[in-house]
Amino acid sequence: MNLADHLPALQVALPLLTAPLVILLRNGFLAWLAALVASLASFGLAILLTQAVLAGGVPEYAVGGWQPPFGISLNIDGLSALMLLLVTGASSLGLAGGRLSLRRDIDNRRAPMFYGAWLIALAGLCGIAVAGDAFNVFVFMEISSLATYILIAAGRDRRALSAVFKYLIIGTIGATFYLIGVGFIYMMTGTLNFEDMALRLGEVIETRPVIIAAGFITIGLALKAAIFPLHIWLPRAYTYAPNAVTVFIAACSTKVSIYVLLRFNYGVFHGNLLGHSDLFSVFIVPLALSGILLASAIAIYQGNIKKLLAFSSVAQIGYIALAAGLATQAGLMAAQLHMFNHALAKGTLFLCVSAFVLTSRSTRISNLAGIGRRMPWTMGAFVIAGLSLIGVPGTAGFVSKWYLVVAVMSVPGWGIPLVIAIVISSLLAVVYLWKFVETAYYGTPPDGDVSAMEVPLPLRALIWFAALANIYFGLAPQLPIALAESGTGTLLGGLL
Amino acid sequence: MTTLLIGIFLLSLLVITAVAIVRSEDLFSAVMLSGIFSLLMALNFFLLDAADVALTEAAVGAGVATVLLLAGLKLTPPTEARGRSLRKLSVAVIAATTLLMIYASFGQPTLGDPNAPAQQHVAQWYIEKTPELIDIPNIVTAVLSSFRGYDTLGEVFVVLTAGIGVMFLLGGGRGKPFSRLDSRVEEGLSGHLIPKVMARLLIPFILLFALFIQFHGEYSPGGGFQAGAIFVAGIILYSLVRGEGLALSVIPPRVLLWMSAGGALLYGSVGLAGILMGGQFLEYSVLADNPVTGQHIGIIVIELGVGLTVTGVLLSIFHAFAARD
Repeated sequence: MNLADHLPALQVALPLLTAPLVILLRNGFLAWLAALVASLASFGLAILLTQAVLAGGVPEYAVGGWQPPFGISLNIDGLSALMLLLVTGASSLGLAGGRLSLRRDIDNRRAPMFYGAWLIALAGLCGIAVAGDAFNVFVFMEISSLATYILIAAGRDRRALSAVFKYLIIGTIGATFYLIGVGFIYMMTGTLNFEDMALRLGEVIETRPVIIAAGFITIGLALKAAIFPLHIWLPRAYTYAPNAVTVFIAACSTKVSIYVLLRFNYGVFHGNLLGHSDLFSVFIVPLALSGILLASAIAIYQGNIKKLLAFSSVAQIGYIALAAGLATQAGLMAAQLHMFNHALAKGTLFLCVSAFVLTSRSTRISNLAGIGRRMPWTMGAFVIAGLSLIGVPGTAGFVSKWYLVVAVMSVPGWGIPLVIAIVISSLLAVVYLWKFVETAYYGTPPDGDVSAMEVPLPLRALIWFAALANIYFGLAPQLPIALAESGTGTLLGGLL
Repeated sequence: MTTLLIGIFLLSLLVITAVAIVRSEDLFSAVMLSGIFSLLMALNFFLLDAADVALTEAAVGAGVATVLLLAGLKLTPPTEARGRSLRKLSVAVIAATTLLMIYASFGQPTLGDPNAPAQQHVAQWYIEKTPELIDIPNIVTAVLSSFRGYDTLGEVFVVLTAGIGVMFLLGGGRGKPFSRLDSRVEEGLSGHLIPKVMARLLIPFILLFALFIQFHGEYSPGGGFQAGAIFVAGIILYSLVRGEGLALSVIPPRVLLWMSAGGALLYGSVGLAGILMGGQFLEYSVLADNPVTGQHIGIIVIELGVGLTVTGVLLSIFHAFAARD
């Protein structure tokens, strides 16, 4: 027995099996500690898997010893590793940085259930990232979605319940559409394994069920990924969730749906369906563009910092969808890099917001006036992550924006208009972030008190660690680029 | 021919029931109709020779879910709120979805066609290899618990997560103290003679049948999911007749929590045992010297885990709803 061979299975099993242990605990602190340890260990496993991918690849893992397509396989490439790093990293950041705010949001008696749900959400998202089987993706999508609804419903604001109900209905429709599509494909190919599916789909190409399946799967996943205009569940869900939960889900959960979208549309459909890439582009690019511009504009008018950042997320998902919709090698590189970089920036920003709320107990921008002077360290980190979100050179956000601009420039006839749209939306990002930064630095606090009130040192250190990661990956982006190159290779493997 | 006619009859009833559910503004009748919907669905599954699914649908959909919805109904007003109506839009979306699915259905292989791709590829392999590799008569159980056991592990965690969600939101598990619960729920239906006598006659057989379904799953339709649901149906019947408090004193909430978590853990530890004994995650063949015996051991243990979790979670959810007013 060599544990290194079992990393793909352990990546899912570790958080999944820790969860039932956590719900049996009776102490909120112990439950948090157990969840944090499991989450950090998952992060460690993700790092080991990433190293293995970069060192030449991770062999296919046949669960239960049954070879695919008869059993379920776990397949890990650069893109999966990238997702694993995001998911486990965001979870650890949310748990470690959210200790104080979670202690306030979740009462001690219910805390074990909450942290159990957290670990199950983490395991579900990891399960999707490693799955090599379309139905297995659905199972883990169910796990992660259900657990995420619980996490959001834990918000202190009563509106969290109505927000999560909306998310639950829409998320269930998305998952059902995905399942209908997978069902049609199974009907026509008799297989659920992604690789096998790509091979066998060639024989039944252009049949009605397969074409309809492609539509159902794409729309279902677009719903879950909150691609404009299917994003209506997202702003309220992000806003009313507990602050630490927002750090976790805003950084990774929609991206995992985009990941499945990429897997299906590139790994399975593109090689088989004639003109699918063109159709995919025609469908996704206009939506992505309207999302980028409209959501950025809407963000400017938000009075709640969490809602502002949530609308900014809708716009950023637009960038990822735009890049992925170009159906080119450069586009896919940009999409994957932006998933990574946006997660870094948004995770840091929401972590800063959770720190603001710790001291000032409000997410209204007007109530946060002067917070920049009262909490200079946290605000400094917020500004760095904000610069990364805008895409200022020297930050991680610049790297993916650069790749995105290069990718759209190569679109015949549309290069310049697309670049202009990207520039406009980046300027809109400057406006909505400046709106908050200006109030935070130059506004007068509602109670006139300007004395310093920073969060404790460990939390400040963690916030700065996250902020500096935005700069580190801006100056030395080799890791995400290498992973994205590997991911692009497997995604386009069917086309080249 | 007869099957076809029955099928058309049942499916028409299904559509009528679905429309009735949507149109009904009285929530109580909507819940009852949804129970009928599940029962019709179960019959349809049975007609398609999917006895395992039919059993689950009948026990969970028509039985336990209806009771849970009724328990939830206690907490809400009895009729549908007349809110902001987006009905036209939703009807349009549903119509479009339906049309697309009907359009797709024209290209699908005929029902029951042995040459359909779904019958030819992996299904063929399962039929050929199950006797040799796992050696149990029920191929559905073989696929469910061994070939695709990883999916089933996931489904058990879906059930567990649902339980966690209800216990978290409704504060069940260690909610109200027993004494208060006892006095409030009083005697259940024990004043009514007919339900009391009927229940007393039925409950032992229901519980026995659940155990049969649990341990006979390798040979006939059934397994942990169905057994758990049927077992719960028996206990719920008991609490309806004899009162919530008495049922809770038989199986206290803390025990239910241990059952829910323990079942999922049991399933997962079989997976880890596979790794420790030199196989893959969830590989049962390495659990004994003879791979086929190993498969049998693995399947029995994981089915037990499934049954425990399903029982624990469904009862926790029932109690969580019943403990609220």
